[in-house]
Amino acid sequence: MPGVETMVFYGLGALVLGGAAGVAFSRNILHAAFLLLACLSGTAGLYFLVGADFLGVAQILIYVGGISVLLLFAVLLTNRIGDVKITNRALGYGAAVPIALLVGVFLVAAIAIAPWPRTEAIASPTTARLGDAFLREDLLPFELVSLVLLMALVGAMAIVRRAVRGAATKPAVPDGAPAPHDAGPA
Amino acid sequence: MNAVAPTVAGIGLSHFLVLAAALFTLGLITVATRRSAVAILMGIELILNAAAINFVAFAHFSHGAITGQVFAVFVVVLAAAEATVALAIVLAVYRGFGTIDVTGVQSLKD
Repeated sequence: MPGVETMVFYGLGALVLGGAAGVAFSRNILHAAFLLLACLSGTAGLYFLVGADFLGVAQILIYVGGISVLLLFAVLLTNRIGDVKITNRALGYGAAVPIALLVGVFLVAAIAIAPWPRTEAIASPTTARLGDAFLREDLLPFELVSLVLLMALVGAMAIVRRAVRGAATKPAVPDGAPAPHDAGPA
Repeated sequence: MNAVAPTVAGIGLSHFLVLAAALFTLGLITVATRRSAVAILMGIELILNAAAINFVAFAHFSHGAITGQVFAVFVVVLAAAEATVALAIVLAVYRGFGTIDVTGVQSLKD
């Protein structure tokens, strides 16, 4: 009889890998976006399983609540839904899957060979310790990352603003229509 | 406080590492096979998640050190920044080219 933790691990693992497989193999990009949401939620569950409570909540807030919605916006703004050609594969499964599987087998073999520590921590609330770490030994990367976030914010706005201004200077194209030189896939 | 250590019974570090390796492989397949820039971005998110799972698992299985979780927090933050900028670029490319097919975007300047 497997323990509860074992069953939870395999359930969450199935959720994560099933979602990831959906992202990798689904023909519809909207389905892929929603399956990515499932995969990221499963990852948050895995964080809770190993006692990373703050990180699990951050994962749900940032990934599931932020990045996934951002990706959905991008999908809905840019893709002509139902145009199958947009989601077509580039390299072809015949080339990509064997290479990726080779990498995966290499990783698993390395994991199997290397000796890993077996000491397991007692799960305890980590938020206070994380805050301590951020304001003591990891203060410099913490401050740098805030700078990176600021630059990403300003940079994203600058990029999109220039695009809007560029679109506004071409009055012949109505807003939302495809741009004039829509070459499309050859 | 719980007196009994809630051990993840039967689940070792290698279980998490193999799961993360499989997640990484699927992300690699997504990046290699997709033509839509947004789908490629989704594959990159999968790869970043695999790395973060590794960090958190190592943190848990090495005397509960906090450093792995600190790294995972940085991974999440940088993934958010990366997604923001990349999606802004995707929108700009879509306005300029009318497509986000990465095989159809071939000029740096129009």
